Amino acid sequence: MKKETKNKDKSIRIDSVKLALKHDKAAVISLIFLSIIILFALLAPFLPMEPNATDIANRLKEPSLTHWFGTDEVGRDYFARVIYGGRVSLIVAFLAMLTSLTIGVAAGTIAGLTGGIVDMILMRIVDILHSIPWMVLVTVVSIFLKPGIQSIILVIGLFTWMEIARLVRAETLSLKEREFILYAGFSGVSKWKIIISHIIPSVFPTIIVAATTSMADAIMTESSLSFLGVGIQQPMSSWGSLLQNAQGTMQNSFHMALIPGLLIIITIFAFNKLGNLLRVYVEPKVMSGEKE
Amino acid sequence: MEETLKKKDKILSAADIRTTFHTHGRTVQAVRGVSLYVESGEILAVVGESGSGKSVLMKSVMGLMPDNAEVKADELTFAGQDMLAMDPEQLRKMRGKEMAMIFQDPMTALNPLKTIGSHLMEVLKRHRGMDKEAARKEAVAVLNQVGIPSPEKRLGQYPHEFSGGMRQRVLIAMALCCRPKLLIADEPTTALDVTIQAQILDLLKSLQEETGMSIILITHDLGVVASLSHRIAVMYGGLLMEEGTTEEIFYSPKHPYTRALLHAVPKPRSGGKERLEPIPGMAPSLINPPSGCPFAERCKFACEDCRKEIPQFRTYSETQRALCIYSGEELDHKEGEVESHG
Amino acid sequence: MDNKNNEILLEARDLCKYFPARDFFGRKKAEVKAVDHINLAIRKGETFGLVGESGCGKSTLGRTLIRMYDPTSGSILFKDQDITGLKGKQLLPVHKQMQIIFQDPYSSLDPHHNVREILKESLTAVSGLSTDEMDGRMEEILKKVGLKPDDMYKYAYEFSGGQRQRIGIARALLVEPEFLLCDEPISALDVSIQAQVVNLLEDLQKEMGLTYLFVAHDLSMVRHISTRIGVMYLGRLVEIADSDELYENPLHPYTKALLSAIPLADPRLAAQSKRVMLSGELPSPMNVPAGCHFHTRCMYAREECKNRIPEMMEVSPNHFVACPYAGENNS
Repeated sequence: MKKETKNKDKSIRIDSVKLALKHDKAAVISLIFLSIIILFALLAPFLPMEPNATDIANRLKEPSLTHWFGTDEVGRDYFARVIYGGRVSLIVAFLAMLTSLTIGVAAGTIAGLTGGIVDMILMRIVDILHSIPWMVLVTVVSIFLKPGIQSIILVIGLFTWMEIARLVRAETLSLKEREFILYAGFSGVSKWKIIISHIIPSVFPTIIVAATTSMADAIMTESSLSFLGVGIQQPMSSWGSLLQNAQGTMQNSFHMALIPGLLIIITIFAFNKLGNLLRVYVEPKVMSGEKE
Repeated sequence: MEETLKKKDKILSAADIRTTFHTHGRTVQAVRGVSLYVESGEILAVVGESGSGKSVLMKSVMGLMPDNAEVKADELTFAGQDMLAMDPEQLRKMRGKEMAMIFQDPMTALNPLKTIGSHLMEVLKRHRGMDKEAARKEAVAVLNQVGIPSPEKRLGQYPHEFSGGMRQRVLIAMALCCRPKLLIADEPTTALDVTIQAQILDLLKSLQEETGMSIILITHDLGVVASLSHRIAVMYGGLLMEEGTTEEIFYSPKHPYTRALLHAVPKPRSGGKERLEPIPGMAPSLINPPSGCPFAERCKFACEDCRKEIPQFRTYSETQRALCIYSGEELDHKEGEVESHG
Repeated sequence: MDNKNNEILLEARDLCKYFPARDFFGRKKAEVKAVDHINLAIRKGETFGLVGESGCGKSTLGRTLIRMYDPTSGSILFKDQDITGLKGKQLLPVHKQMQIIFQDPYSSLDPHHNVREILKESLTAVSGLSTDEMDGRMEEILKKVGLKPDDMYKYAYEFSGGQRQRIGIARALLVEPEFLLCDEPISALDVSIQAQVVNLLEDLQKEMGLTYLFVAHDLSMVRHISTRIGVMYLGRLVEIADSDELYENPLHPYTKALLSAIPLADPRLAAQSKRVMLSGELPSPMNVPAGCHFHTRCMYAREECKNRIPEMMEVSPNHFVACPYAGENNS
């Protein structure tokens, strides 16, 4: 009985997602694209390729059967560099997203549930961070930190949690008035436990959707920072740093800029599409629009 | 074709209305073949619990169903015109002018950014071709008619400046603007306090007497209709279970569901202290409705035959009929047996 | 009261609960006097009905009495103990004895928890129970409210409205309270289900010796279930009497209007009954009339009513009215 109802609920959700996919070919392509990119990123170390092996004899080669994407200015296989670059970009984005999500959800739930002075302080911090052009902020902070993968994750995570905090706070505020939360407080359940066992499960749909958007944003930020030279440092590469390197050889090998550039754009687009699909899954009403 | 009870001056006559929805690959059979009529100048109450199909039935008649709904009928006649033969444009015109509907929550029917005056005047200009000056005068007159004090001043106010009861009055005023022959009121007082509810019900009654229009009152509360309606139709599980005059339904109900419903509320006469008789279980699903009588699962008189197929109507008088395989007398007898056996 | 009455379980003395209303800049603009100088005593084992229109403060009074809300002033006595000043953890033993069931069976149960988790939460304050003991108690209470022990592992959305209300009742009774605030427990339910819940509440009261405060706006159901009834208007109690006495002999003009507005499920009786129609609108709770709150809508209002706040008077044994002219208006 329990299983049945749950399955029925699930099938409604899956049906809505299927319906959304049927009407949106771009979403289907996005999903396939993301799966391939993630698969490559995960399996990169097991693939027979070496992104850092230089071959001075074969510098700046055009794409060929041996080097699918050609070679760079020191003769490294560009295909391998792109795959490893994607791996770095995705790992950075994923960890940055986790950081920003953790801070955002914690700040949002605490501000919403506690109210009063705590809420005011937390929300003013959000306002202040929001009012500074974040690209400038992130760039300046990254200059002071030791460049590297940890700093870049930290920087992106620390300065992108505000939107999530606002969303989560707004939902917490309305949840706080719901009687099951009121009753939990009445029964002596601690604030901490209320957040863990009632509020987070209820805002989970929002968190999931925010996570995908946040992922897309993080890829964008990391690429921008690396492009500006304050992000990922050689010999490690990300799509952003590949793009930056390609600047020097633009005239001869345009594809070296084109490939990472396109991958960044498509990946960001695909993550946003995934966000839309998840929104349909967690709130089937978004698509179907009517009630019984 | 279904045998109709009384051939009188009917404003609305519908036979075998069936409304189904399709959502997420499932079919919801909200109305499963209901025939009913409204005489001109009468108040008909359609009573039922949530999921009985009462609102869907009326929205089907009004053409207010969403695109994923399918409405079928054998007959649908309004004021002598065959609605099934009309094209959509004619239907829309007729529904806009000669039928009007008011809802439980008046706020959803009002645009918060427009004044009450412009709501009313728009309807008057569109449906009665009035110019601005005439429309304004008429709007004041209509607001006066529905009992809104200082209507001149109220015309310039916005919906949020009105209380719930006053908003419902505005909605009734908007409905009256077209001088409809039929007003469908869908739970008009459910969201209101009891003293305001009494005011609105009185207003509906006096408007009906003044204008001679017919009213269909959809409600879940038998108490609301007792003093107001001429006839009552009781719905359950997408079917019409019983219809009759208000007297017949309250004092000689034939269908077990009608009886159970009357026993489930405190009786006003005796002070309401005796133990209530709840109806066990819950309403059936409309996705896979039972093949037999929808009430069989909760009915203390149900037998095997009840679950096999939907019974036929039994006619008790010119106005009363009930959808049960047992007659009223048989049920009285059975009730005696049930009680004596404890 | 000079002779000490052991029967009184819960008492409110001059109880007030004001909510601040703030303007755009967060400054305090006005106060909503949801509960305004209420005196009330609820006896052990009775069902006290509290009626009034929306916004009259009946739910707020109930929730303040069980200390879900903090009172603004006045005092609350539970079993002769002053519980007004208790804070935080001190309240837990009180909450164990005073429980609540809510109106909305949907928003009162967390959709992400199964019945067992929902029930377990109310045992938070009860220490020293092993998991087996807890499960035993939960199974027992589920049977009592007419659910099956297997229902423990189902989620709230798998139940109908009436069954959810049963879960709410089970959750409240699990800690074996003496007092239960029923905050409009049947208003959201279908007519055929309302009777199931009302009968269940009556049975449980007999079985467990509970005292109820039954807040509702369905006046015929309140009469059915209550022994005594209080009528509220804009934050104040205007009349208290035994339930039959109140319905047969209402004295306050507001009570009369309220009772005569009840839709009677009996057409002949409804045709006979005379309605006392109220004129005007309910004033905003932020800006209540001075003097007697009801004077703006009262057909008997006099000049004095605009200035003087009427005191509660016992006009006949156990029948209290807050209108000095209550007797005269009958003629």
